[in-house]
Amino acid sequence: MADTIHFRIRRQDGPGSAPYWQEFRIPHRVGHNVVSSLMVIRENPVTADGRRVAPVAWESNCMEEVCGSCSMRINGRARQACSALVDTLAQPIVLEPLASFPVVRDLMVDRAVMFANLHRVHAWVDLDGSWDVHTGAPRISPQEWDLNYALSRCMTCGCCMDACPHFGLDRAFLGPAPLAQVLLMNNHPTGRYARAERLHAIMGEGGLTDCSSAQNCVQVCPKKVPLTTALAALGRQTTAQLFRDIFG
Amino acid sequence: MSTAKPTTIVVGGGLGGLWATLRLAEAGVPVELFALFEVKRSHSACAQGGINAALDTKGQGDSIRQHIVDTIKGGAYLADQPPIKTMCEEAPGLIHTFERMGVTFSRTPEGLLDLRLFGGVKNKRTVFAGSSTGQQLLYGVDEQVRRCEEAGLVHKHEWWEMLSLVLDADGRCRGITALNLRSLEVEAFPAEAVVLATGGLGLVYGRSTNSSNSTGAAASRAYQQGAAFMNAEFIQYHPTAMIGDDKNRLMSEASRGEGARIWTPRRPGDARPPRSIPEAERFYFLEEWYPAYGNTVPRDVASRAIWKAVKHMGLGVRGEDRVYLDLTHLPREFVRRRLGSILEIYESFTGRDPCEEPMEIFPAPHYSMGGLWVDWEKDLATGGMKHGSPRNHQTSIPGLFACGECDGAYHGANRLGANSLLSASFSGRVAGEAAAAYVQGLARTALPDPAAALGGERLRQEEINTRILSSDGGENPFALHRELGELMTGKVGVERDNRELDEAIAGLAELKARFGRVGLDERGAWANASLPYARQVYDMMVLAEVIAVSARQRDECRGSHHKPAFEMEIPEGKFPGDPEWDDYLARWKQNNDRWLRTTVARHGPEGPTIEYLPVDTSVLPPETPRDYR
Repeated sequence: MADTIHFRIRRQDGPGSAPYWQEFRIPHRVGHNVVSSLMVIRENPVTADGRRVAPVAWESNCMEEVCGSCSMRINGRARQACSALVDTLAQPIVLEPLASFPVVRDLMVDRAVMFANLHRVHAWVDLDGSWDVHTGAPRISPQEWDLNYALSRCMTCGCCMDACPHFGLDRAFLGPAPLAQVLLMNNHPTGRYARAERLHAIMGEGGLTDCSSAQNCVQVCPKKVPLTTALAALGRQTTAQLFRDIFG
Repeated sequence: MSTAKPTTIVVGGGLGGLWATLRLAEAGVPVELFALFEVKRSHSACAQGGINAALDTKGQGDSIRQHIVDTIKGGAYLADQPPIKTMCEEAPGLIHTFERMGVTFSRTPEGLLDLRLFGGVKNKRTVFAGSSTGQQLLYGVDEQVRRCEEAGLVHKHEWWEMLSLVLDADGRCRGITALNLRSLEVEAFPAEAVVLATGGLGLVYGRSTNSSNSTGAAASRAYQQGAAFMNAEFIQYHPTAMIGDDKNRLMSEASRGEGARIWTPRRPGDARPPRSIPEAERFYFLEEWYPAYGNTVPRDVASRAIWKAVKHMGLGVRGEDRVYLDLTHLPREFVRRRLGSILEIYESFTGRDPCEEPMEIFPAPHYSMGGLWVDWEKDLATGGMKHGSPRNHQTSIPGLFACGECDGAYHGANRLGANSLLSASFSGRVAGEAAAAYVQGLARTALPDPAAALGGERLRQEEINTRILSSDGGENPFALHRELGELMTGKVGVERDNRELDEAIAGLAELKARFGRVGLDERGAWANASLPYARQVYDMMVLAEVIAVSARQRDECRGSHHKPAFEMEIPEGKFPGDPEWDDYLARWKQNNDRWLRTTVARHGPEGPTIEYLPVDTSVLPPETPRDYR
């Protein structure tokens, strides 16, 4: 096993500036992941050819693959950097920002569009208020729960959006993650009251029909959210909605 | 003064902050919500096992009273009891509200909310969503806040860090200054009330189970501006963490609630693979020492037991700081459904399958029971906390409220598992309601003009930034943080000793002095992460001092604060009725007369000054000591 870890990192000083590459080598340690390696680099940011440079900028928080912060392309694949164990990766380990979002700096991108899209698809249940109404929601079977729980684990990390051939800068497509939330909300026993509104939001431009079923999304999802299953179910729901719209 | 609607600020977008935001917005009060990043990425997402509410749907005769008693005794009587009473009473309603929001709680075959067992209790009381409950609760409230954004009542400022409070001439909190984490500009934001929901401080210990942004810096800044800080010495070590070089990853107490067992080989240094060690040669020390509660003793008890087995008896696996957390005897499908997401974590980070091989764990810093001191108003009719009072969750600075892990109200000397999601949600809701009542009751025309305070505070913060950015000092903030963590872990940990605490206090003074020479590797402004980090490191040192000084002064053992020199052990094999027990009880009560007091620290030029306040024990007077044998 190599005694150093070799990184090749695509850097960019700001949104408008040109990208460039830098290489770093840090001492090998068993158990290192990409985030812990970036932490070593930031403490002593010296490139492989000996130049002292500004620390690499990236995003991370939970370090246990549940917050969705540290998405980046690692050896070409969008994934969470905290769970990318160095010993499982071919070297040099190539780090790049997600390509479908605007770069903020280095490996940091701006994923605001994902949250804006959650607004577009009405991804909430319309509560009268968050006070106690002295009753719970209607019952949900364990079988329904299985699918809903899988959908609810989406952490808005953006890996699926990055892998999608139809989502990107200057394109209207909502992307797989916000779409899957439509199914989750429509499945809820009272969330379904706003079903028509959500379906209409995904029937127009940038909606469901922009998906060509490339299946890339489901392959990269770190939480194994059943994205393509959800999109297929939404296809059936939008068709039914179309008939309801026409025939009342 | 303006007659426009009052504006409020919530700092922090985890469970507490989002609940506070939601209740303010629902009261018609506009909210400016500040967070370090998109609120959905907050540390609440890391809570795994569940949230407590005495729903009593498992035929065990569970009750709200029992939840109250377990919480009070779990915390070694140190928390004011009326707020605990109200929290436990309102827990079922809170759960049903989450359910209405669409939170995907796990279900029974009948489609009802399922319950699991947790530590420090004997009944199943923990509602859960697989083993990612915090994530699901956070998302539920996040969605509701999105609804309020749509209604124009909430405006989010994500990628902003609070730097300080703005206090007016009367000492009231009238806004904050914040740093734009992209452009590095400092701005002052006025408000009639500010709610801090800024989470825990695990990063003070370097490596903990906390997210890398849980530094406690915002609470430290409020403390340095005059807010009192309570019970800082009570730091919970979670008994079962996967120890890592970058962080310690939590393995939920839910695993033990679902049947996992903790053990270590009886023979020191036994090198055999765990599954080849016969039952008789395994030491299930929790089950042996605490037969009544076994593997689900409270966390302080479990962590100390592991400490004893490893550090004092030399029984760590392979002689290292590890013991086994074993669920290999449970059916794989059951484990997958109930604990899937934590097992994924273990597997992704170790490459080992916990259904095939016992997990290796050790205690790690996890939760701060202490936090900003907050007030509450007693409801004389019920003996609980008065609904809608503006005093609730208000800090010692008028107009400044605190909720969630950054307040110190509910957990006393030790928090029970699955009570943190409850206190974060409940306190956020209460703080939001209190802040709404406060601004609606303010005689706003009588308030001094805050303009000068806003401008002055902004300048002061800009000067600090300029000083650090232009410094040529040779101290590296990342290295200083590592040293801070090593100092705190080494000397202010599971077992404490006054000589070591004195060394810790001296060490912290040195670190603070060295911070004066801090220098950064980047001077550019755009998305410069080193500057905010460096500032957090200093604020962590200040909090570390509060923790160490509070610990130094408390000469007793209570919950997570354990000084062996002052230990008063329950006489072995003795129970109520035995004369030795009665003698122990008398000594225990005598100790309570001296130490059953809330520690309150205030910032001063020479470090923290400590005073002690009485604890309201009107719900369950301290008559029976904790005993989990």
